[in-house]
Order: sequence, then structure tokens, then C-alpha cells
Amino acid sequence: MGQITLNQITKSFGDVQVIPPLDLQINDGEFVVFVGPSGCGKSTLLRLIAGLEDVSSGAIDIDGTDATEIPPAKRGLAMVFQSYALYPHMSVRKNIAFPLRMAGLDKAAQDAKVDAAAKVLNLTDYLDRRPGQLSGGQRQRVAIGRAIVREPAAFLFDEPLSNLDAALRVNMRLEISELHQSLKTTMIYVTHDQVEAMTMADKIVVLQAGVIEQVGSPLELYHTPRNRFVAGFIGSPKMNFFMGAFASEYNAATIGVRPEHLSVSHTDGKWSGKVGVSEHLGSDTFLYVEVDGVSEPVTVRSTGEVGFRHGDTVHLTPDPDKIHRFDNQGLRIQ
Amino acid sequence: MATQHSRSAARIMMAPAVVLLLGWMLVPLTMTLYFSFKKYLPLRGGDLGWVGFDNYVRFVSSSAFWPSVQTTLVIVGGVLLITIILGVLLSILLDQPMWGQGIVRILVIAPFFVMPTVSALVWKNMFMDPVNGLFAHLWEAFGAQPVEWLSDASLLSIIIIVSWQWLPFATLILLTAIQSLDSEQLEAAEMDGAPPLARFGFIILPHLSRAITIVILIQTIFLLAIFAEIFVTTGGAFGTRTLTYLIFQRVLESQNVGLGSAGGVYAIILANIVAIFLMRIVGKNLDA
Ligand SMILES: Nc1ncnc2c1ncn2[C@@H]1O[C@H](COP(=O)(O)OP(=O)(O)OP(=O)(O)O)[C@@H](O)[C@H]1O
Ligand SMILES: [Mg+2]
Repeated sequence: MGQITLNQITKSFGDVQVIPPLDLQINDGEFVVFVGPSGCGKSTLLRLIAGLEDVSSGAIDIDGTDATEIPPAKRGLAMVFQSYALYPHMSVRKNIAFPLRMAGLDKAAQDAKVDAAAKVLNLTDYLDRRPGQLSGGQRQRVAIGRAIVREPAAFLFDEPLSNLDAALRVNMRLEISELHQSLKTTMIYVTHDQVEAMTMADKIVVLQAGVIEQVGSPLELYHTPRNRFVAGFIGSPKMNFFMGAFASEYNAATIGVRPEHLSVSHTDGKWSGKVGVSEHLGSDTFLYVEVDGVSEPVTVRSTGEVGFRHGDTVHLTPDPDKIHRFDNQGLRIQ
Repeated sequence: MATQHSRSAARIMMAPAVVLLLGWMLVPLTMTLYFSFKKYLPLRGGDLGWVGFDNYVRFVSSSAFWPSVQTTLVIVGGVLLITIILGVLLSILLDQPMWGQGIVRILVIAPFFVMPTVSALVWKNMFMDPVNGLFAHLWEAFGAQPVEWLSDASLLSIIIIVSWQWLPFATLILLTAIQSLDSEQLEAAEMDGAPPLARFGFIILPHLSRAITIVILIQTIFLLAIFAEIFVTTGGAFGTRTLTYLIFQRVLESQNVGLGSAGGVYAIILANIVAIFLMRIVGKNLDA
């Protein structure tokens, strides 16, 4: 079980309110990702759920009981920290067994559980090493192992992959996803990397300045962002925004078109501009096109084999069904 | 080539310091060794020639020798025990956010800046004096008979005085060590269900082990040589005669330089035994 409900919780540090009143429902077995720019309160929200910070007001419900006043150890949640927070003077085995030892399990039961976790995480060969003798990815797995053995109601991850290099990050991302498939335990995962969010989440919570901008599945957020912030935050490369005359044609204050929904041609199209930088990734080419009247270069995603050069004049046409319209509050117009 | 040049240049540059340090160490050491094999009584005939190991035998066979070694070890051990236990507690306390933290930290460090002679005199006259001392007043306030600290509990008194001087040092080193502890480790332990005492035992104390090792090593070196505190309080009476003090008495009170020098060599040996012993026990902590 791992159902978590946040009821009008707020958090202030001194006079600064970091989290204004916030409601959120996390269902059992869900993989929920908190994303948002740096400093928007993702870690704070996670620490509130963990109990490492006290809420200033509001209530946290875990599996139907009010957990607001329950100390962190009793909430049945396990957390994986960004710095891993392994105990440096203990062997990997002792690190993973620590929560069991604190729970007063006997030695044989501890060993059985540690061995099982080590097997799942490919750590069996490293059990007698110290954390200092492990690679970043292995340390990460030890941290996850220490969380798994507790059989928590939910896992909390705070940017667990941000210290790893790009290749390893992709691997660990898959491993964590797989772990979620096999354990079916609720997981709450904080990241500011929207690719991680899109690939791993059942449900994404987009935060800005402590406010939830939108909650939904990755594709919901991609197809129907509720406002300009979400539209700009989700999707890579970022959505292009057009204002003024471009937008009023569609009865909106701003329109947004994703790079993959623009077609580009040498001869004719709706808007014209000059090609600036083009990035060839092999599978795709990203063209940055300077269009008069648009302040930032318009990003276009094209196939790998396009013959556009710097300075060419090109014509862009948006896919009419894929245009996102926003009013002057930045809210989506249906 | 460049490295060879810079290496010889470095040697030349370091030479003055090395020579000075060597001289600083070697001259007194050689002189001590030299006199330890002589019968040398400055006021009773001066240099009376070589006597071989006579001085060494006499120093050890004197009835004051073993008690002085024991006293030395008791004082060193007692002070280490007190400063480390209190130092750990104080540093944890000082690490908590509290009002007036800056001032409190300076106050805690203050005793370290007081000269040993002065602090021993202050303790002797203001605290431990059986008539006018603060402790005497305190005891009387509770209707008890004041303790004659420096004669009845002389060793304990010296341990208290020296501990008071060295506590700031231990606290300071341990405080910086505690501040370098990653707070996420404590939070992880908290989430893992470790109550405060377990967090102290499993996380904080192991983290401090290296700092404690350093405190033990440095303090031992200095504590083996304490002198002023004994000189101005008990003058070596009431079982407070340490090895250092015994040597002092041999050389200056009995004016027997040869015998004192032999004692000095024993002190060097004792210090080295203790140092090797400590290195063995705690050296492991340093390379972890
Ligand atoms: N202990 C604290 N005291 C005062 N302000 C704090 C404290 N912890 C966090 N804040 C503030 O709360 C805000 C949210 O911080 P938080 O750490 O939750 O951000 P975040 O979304 O996790 O950012 P990042 O992606 O950089 O980790 C920040 O503006 C930060 O300055
Ligand atoms: Mg954070």
C-alpha cells in the first residue's frame, strides 16, 4: 500500500512561503515525477512527505491515516538521496542492513534480505566493500538497496541520477523503471530533467514556485499543456511560441508549435525565415530559423538528411491540428 | 632537466630550515646523551668523569621512578578521557543552532589562550583553596567540610586543571569535524529508523574517529611534558611527581645533571613507546 494525499499543505522558511497551499493525490503503485525548474520547491515537497521537514499547515495522509505528526521513521517511506548518503565507514552489506538492524531483525533474516536485494541490484560481488570503493552507479544501487530492504509503502527519490554521467543515467533510469515494474510500489521521483520525467512517469507533477501547474500523464502534458509554462517545460527541444500577428490569426494571444510539428520547405510555406545554426544528430536535424517578428529562433525538427545550409531562406508551415493556443493569461484555449 | 634543476634548487632553499631544525633537535639530544654518561654535579665538584650506565641504573632503581611513570600515565590518560568525552559532547552542543553561538564559541576556546602557569594559579587560589576558594564556599553552602583539593585529591586536581586547559583544543577539532558531516547521512539514518542515540553511535562517532585520533596523538605529546601546572600547585608533592618533574628535581634540586639526563633519555623512550603504541591502535583510523 502506498497512497499519499496532501491536503492544503504549505511550507514557509521564516517569512518566505516556499510552498503555497497545495493539494495532491498519489495513488498506490503510481510512479509520480515532480519536475520543475531549480528552486521551485521539489525537494522541499519531497522532504515534507518524508517528514524531514514539518509542514507549516495542512495535512499529509498516508494510506488513510493522518501522518502529519508521525516521525519520518514511522511513515513507512524510504528515501534515496541525491548524494546517496551512504554510511562511509560501513561495508555495503552493513549499509543495506542498517534499517533492518534498527528494526531489530535477527542476523539471519537481515542477511537473507540483504542477499536478495543485492541479487536484484547486481551488488553481490561488492557486499564487503566500503562505499568509497564503488563507482557512482554502484553507490546509487546501494542507496536503492538500502531503501528496498525496508519494503516501504513508497520510495522517495531526490534527483538520484544527477551525479551520474549521461550513459549511466540512461541505464539507471531503465533499472529504476524496471524496479518499479517488479515491485509495483509507489514511487515519487524528483528531477529537473524532463526527459527522465517523460520516460519514467505514470504521472507528472509540474511545479513552478511551489505551485502545481499541471498534473497528468506524460502524453497528456505533451498534447494538452494547461498553460504556456507547462507547454514550454515539457518537450525537447522546447516548443516555439509566436505572438502578435502570428497568433491573432488563430484568435489567441500566443500560439505554440512544437519543433516536430513544423514542416520546412525551400519553396513555399506559411512563414519564411533564414536558417541559422543547424544541428545534425543523424536521426534528426534541428534547424534554428530566424523568422522576422519572432524574438527567438524558431526550432524545427526535420529528418536527418535535409540539405539546408546556413543563410538559406526557408518556409515553415505548422501542422494546423497541432497548434496550441493560449490567451493573454497564458492559459490554454480549447 | 627542469625537474632536476628545480629539485636541487628546492634542496638549497630548504637547507636552512632543515639545518635549523636538526640543530634544534640534535644539539640538546646529543648533550643529554653526553651528560647522561657522566657524573656531573655543578655545585659539588663539576665534571667528575665518565661513569658508563651508572646514572641509568640509579635513575631506575630509585624508589621515585616507577611511581612517577605511573603518575605520568594516569595524568595523561585521565586528561585524554575527560577532554575527549566532554569535547565530543560540547562540540555536538555547539553545533546546534542557538542564540549567541558566536560568543559562546569564543568563550569555549578562551581557556586555551591562558598560560598554563596562570591558569594553574587561578585554579589553585580561586577555586581549590580550602579556605577562600569557590569550591570551599560551595561545599560550605551545602554544609559539607571543604575538600583540601591539592593535598587530599592532588592527582585529580591536576587532571582537572589540565583538562580545563585542553578541553578547548579537543572541542575545536571535534567541532570542525562534526560540521563536515553530511547532514543527509543523518537524515538517511533517521529515515532508516535510527533513534538519536543510535545516530550518535553509528554515524556521528565513526565520523569523528579520525578527529579523535588526532586529538589523542597531539594531546599525548604535550601532556607527557606538563610541568608548570605541577610546579605552581603541588610542587610535585602528594603523589603528583611525573617523570618530567622527577627529572627537574634531579637536575635542579639535587644538582645532579648526569642523573637528570639519564632520566631525560628514559622520558624520550617512554614517549616513543607511547607514540608507537598509539600509532598502532589508532593509526588504522588515519588511513581509512
Ligand atoms: N532550509 C531552508 N531555509 C530557507 N529556505 C530554504 C530552505 N530550503 C529550501 N529553501 C528555499 O526553498 C526553495 C525551494 O527549494 P528546493 O530545495 O525545494 O528547490 P528544488 O526544486 O529542489 O531545486 P533544485 O532543482 O535546485 O534541487 C528555494 O528557493 C530555497 O531557497
Ligand atoms: Mg532539490
